[in-house]
Amino acid sequence: MSGKFQNPTQDPLLLRIFLSLVAIGFVALFLVLPLLIVFKEALADGLGKAFAAIIEPDALSAVKLSLLAAGIAVPLNTVFGISAAWAVAKHDFSGKTILVTLIDLPFSVSPVVSGLIYVLVFGLQGWFGSYLLDHDIHILFALPGIVLATIFVTFPFVARELIPLMVDQGRDEEEAAISLGASGFSTFCRVTLPNIKWGLLYAVLLCNARALGEFGAVSVVSGHIRGQTNTMPLHVELLYNNYDYVGAFAVAALLALLALLTLVFKTILEWRYADELAAMHRH
Amino acid sequence: MSLIIDSVAKRFARFPALNGVSLNAPQGAFVALVGPSGSGKTTLLRILGGLEEADSGSVRFADLNWLSMPARERKAGFVFQQYALFKHMTVADNIAFGLRVRPRRERPSRGEIRDRVQELLRLVQLEEFGGRYPSQLSGGQRQRVALARALAIEPRMLLLDEPFGALDAKVRKELRVWLRHIHDKAGVTSIFVTHDQEEAFAVADLVAVMNAGRIEQYGAPADVRRDPKTKFVAEFLSA
Repeated sequence: MSGKFQNPTQDPLLLRIFLSLVAIGFVALFLVLPLLIVFKEALADGLGKAFAAIIEPDALSAVKLSLLAAGIAVPLNTVFGISAAWAVAKHDFSGKTILVTLIDLPFSVSPVVSGLIYVLVFGLQGWFGSYLLDHDIHILFALPGIVLATIFVTFPFVARELIPLMVDQGRDEEEAAISLGASGFSTFCRVTLPNIKWGLLYAVLLCNARALGEFGAVSVVSGHIRGQTNTMPLHVELLYNNYDYVGAFAVAALLALLALLTLVFKTILEWRYADELAAMHRH
Repeated sequence: MSLIIDSVAKRFARFPALNGVSLNAPQGAFVALVGPSGSGKTTLLRILGGLEEADSGSVRFADLNWLSMPARERKAGFVFQQYALFKHMTVADNIAFGLRVRPRRERPSRGEIRDRVQELLRLVQLEEFGGRYPSQLSGGQRQRVALARALAIEPRMLLLDEPFGALDAKVRKELRVWLRHIHDKAGVTSIFVTHDQEEAFAVADLVAVMNAGRIEQYGAPADVRRDPKTKFVAEFLSA
């Protein structure tokens, strides 16, 4: 293209530079800078101190608990989310809008409130409190409560990502599969699932990141027992409140690293399957 | 062995889609359902394919109580306007789909499936395209793949829902001649939905002109054209 003619769909050069600078500046200031500061603070007293803060037993127990809670909540929410999205997108039934609204509930309710709901239900003064006490079942201030709170807060991620995708894809391919003699299950495995796998992967990664990082709801139900019911974010808060900045930032850096790792994983997959992705998006 | 549709009715939430439609066609006939949009022709086709449920009425085909059979057991090859090819599968895998999902006892061997796919690719003149993905084909090629996929299951009935609706006029004309040829070769009973009366009259043995959920007139194209029974048919034909 010669300089004389301007591409009619392109904005003036100055405007483009300005907009790019605004976007880059914003990302740098609000996303990259805080992340860098987390790592800088973690390493303020050297790598050894940061490492020691992570392999200290209470910190390790927090890491394990977070991974365990996410390890239970994410697969369950993946199954729930796929089922909900499949029901909403591929079938007609009354009460559909109510279901969609309910799926959104955890996004609109403050996590603290969802934590308190569990206290109301399972707490000593709650509906099932005395029953649970009599049968020696521990939900609050124990792993089940933390897992429940995590499931509640991260419930919408998979369903929310998949519903528009599956609605957009329509039912044609499923109908074609059925008319060709496929069973419902076979149709789901061979047609529906392959069509949503990229969206599903993205949703699961997001769900996982949120599950690891969940603070509010878990904070209410965990009881903050150091080395037992403290997840990573709760452990960070505890260290921070005890003026152990290096420890707090070291664990925070680990949390951030886990999140970055999932993003790297996603990018690698996208790069690896670029051809297939392109084929799926063209119609 | 003929197709007998008897007083099939269907209501959607707000409007009646079919007001008791009856129609007979001999085995191997090529029937066109033609009419304006909203006349119920696609609904009737989807009921025959088992993709929609009729509220009342009955269909007998090949001595089977057709409507009581689940869609997957009817062996009705359905061809959609928007092709509905499986985007993530190659052309060959698309065509093989109906054979691969059969229960183990009825499933042909790998070799047999491969031969059958090759044979169908030859039939639809896409021999070199087995390894491509649907997104790499033109509209006309995609619809030929969809037809091969429907034929792979050795359908009792071929149901075509505006199969050429998304294609340009030249390709449409080529494909309809070719479709008629395939129909004669396969010996199936075909029901073909279109809003284009010229297309319907050119290709079908029998034409049903539909309007507002009813069949206004049903018969051989020449008879319908010579002697329109209702004002609607006369106007529709002159349009």
